[in-house]
Amino acid sequence: MIELKDISKIYRTKNGEITAVNDVNLSINKGEIFGIIGYSGAGKSTMIRLLNGLEKPSSGTVEVNGQKISSISGTQLRQARQKISMIFQHFNLLWSRTVADNIAFPLEIAGVPKAERAKRVKELIDLVGLSGRENAYPSQLSGGQKQRVGIARALANNPEVLLCDEATSALDPETTDAILELLLDINKRLGLTIVLITHEMHVIRKICRRVAVMEAGRVVETGDVLQVFQNPQAEITKNFVMQVSGTKESKESIEQILVNYPTGKIVKLTFIGNKTEQPVISQIIKDFDVEVNIVHGNITQTTSGPYGTLIVQIDGKPNQVEEAFKLLATREIQAEVIDHV
Amino acid sequence: MFNQLFPNVDWVKMWEATYDTLYMTVISTGVTFVLGLVIGIVLFLTSPHQIWANKIVNFLTGSLVNIFRSIPFIILIILLIPFTKYLLGTIRGVNAALPALIIGSAPFYARMVLIALREIDKGVIEAARSMGAKTSTIIWKVLIPESFPALLSGITVTAVTLVGYTAMAGIIGAGGLGNLAYLEGFQRSREDVTILATIFILIIVFILQWIGDAITAKTDKR
Repeated sequence: MIELKDISKIYRTKNGEITAVNDVNLSINKGEIFGIIGYSGAGKSTMIRLLNGLEKPSSGTVEVNGQKISSISGTQLRQARQKISMIFQHFNLLWSRTVADNIAFPLEIAGVPKAERAKRVKELIDLVGLSGRENAYPSQLSGGQKQRVGIARALANNPEVLLCDEATSALDPETTDAILELLLDINKRLGLTIVLITHEMHVIRKICRRVAVMEAGRVVETGDVLQVFQNPQAEITKNFVMQVSGTKESKESIEQILVNYPTGKIVKLTFIGNKTEQPVISQIIKDFDVEVNIVHGNITQTTSGPYGTLIVQIDGKPNQVEEAFKLLATREIQAEVIDHV
Repeated sequence: MFNQLFPNVDWVKMWEATYDTLYMTVISTGVTFVLGLVIGIVLFLTSPHQIWANKIVNFLTGSLVNIFRSIPFIILIILLIPFTKYLLGTIRGVNAALPALIIGSAPFYARMVLIALREIDKGVIEAARSMGAKTSTIIWKVLIPESFPALLSGITVTAVTLVGYTAMAGIIGAGGLGNLAYLEGFQRSREDVTILATIFILIIVFILQWIGDAITAKTDKR
């Protein structure tokens, strides 16, 4: 569906060259929600703009929906853009137009007749849950409502691809979740491919199937979200995973436990998918002569299933602790001993 | 009572002069609006990082605007006498004032248009481009409507300036209230005529400002 081959983007400025995107290869499947995560300046804004030709690569090819976006221009590119729509961090609505007229704008661009436009606008307003607000101006709406208008506007011409440029970064956590639900729902109902860029791992785990991690213009890691959560490779990915698994906050409590309970072992257990539902801990306590002290626990829902971490202190006779470990291994649960922080 | 306060005022001439001033102001404001808008849009779109980014066109247009904006109006009128004569065959009367009024104020308004357009959120233009909008669509449906209140308040300021310019043009023979105040009032030492002409000009300015403000407030949905 979307194919990036050997993409580089170099900006020439007065102070020399800046490489925004450096030798990136990426392929995104039809109908999936694909996330690109990175800190600001990682090149993700440029990446997403390469997909609709707002930026042209310095080298390499961009293919979206069977069209070489990197080499077409003029009418061809404008027509292609009608099928690759975009929503923005700051919504970018026309303040001079009402909600309904904002949504009608892309239809006007596509040359849809007036009567048909009105009908389509009505459908879209219902789809994004803004009925009754069609004659309001953007200045009268909340951030979440503005983004709903943005989404309705982006869907107007039945696009194949929806690009989300930090679409929830300006919203509060609750509104973020509501907008993400809406995107998930649209993806399921209309089957369109969604590519989003963000700096929040929360967004990735909530709706993405696959993720690419960007740092300094390069894609340092790609994979299924669950797999990346379970086994992050790059240092930056580990940082992002910590954003949602809450292990950062637990550092202090582990330190405290290490001081208070110098005996035994502090173990970090990682559960994936339905293994999170097994009563492993109670089994260890029943089967072996060990004490288990829970330090920190957390379950994160991703679109491919739950992902959990549990930090426990296991104490007892060394051979009993060893046996308990063996049991955990048979259950395919990752167990990692933490002896320092 | 009016006749006691203003014994020397010839009302027929007064109304005629008022009409002339209004005529010059309205026509020149209208043409300035269109011309200034075109020049302002060219200046905006040819500036760096914009759709038509072009250093040469931008520099030439910008220079032309700056030159005409810097020439004092009274000198501009004199400089334009041959041009006006060539264009209209005469340098007297209200129409003869129009070229100078327009050339004097269009560059001034073009600058205001440029400022208004720069105030538009870049993201909105980017959004329109991402939807596949043509440049003409961006001009008509994004640039002009999104900057409309600023364009309007700019043309209001320009119209008020133009009322002042018509008075200056009047002194060299264009007619209107300025001409009346100078010839009938000042040169014949009839202060009442000068004062009444001034009052009329003030009323015109206030009405223009009031109309401008009212429309601006109505169109501003921010």
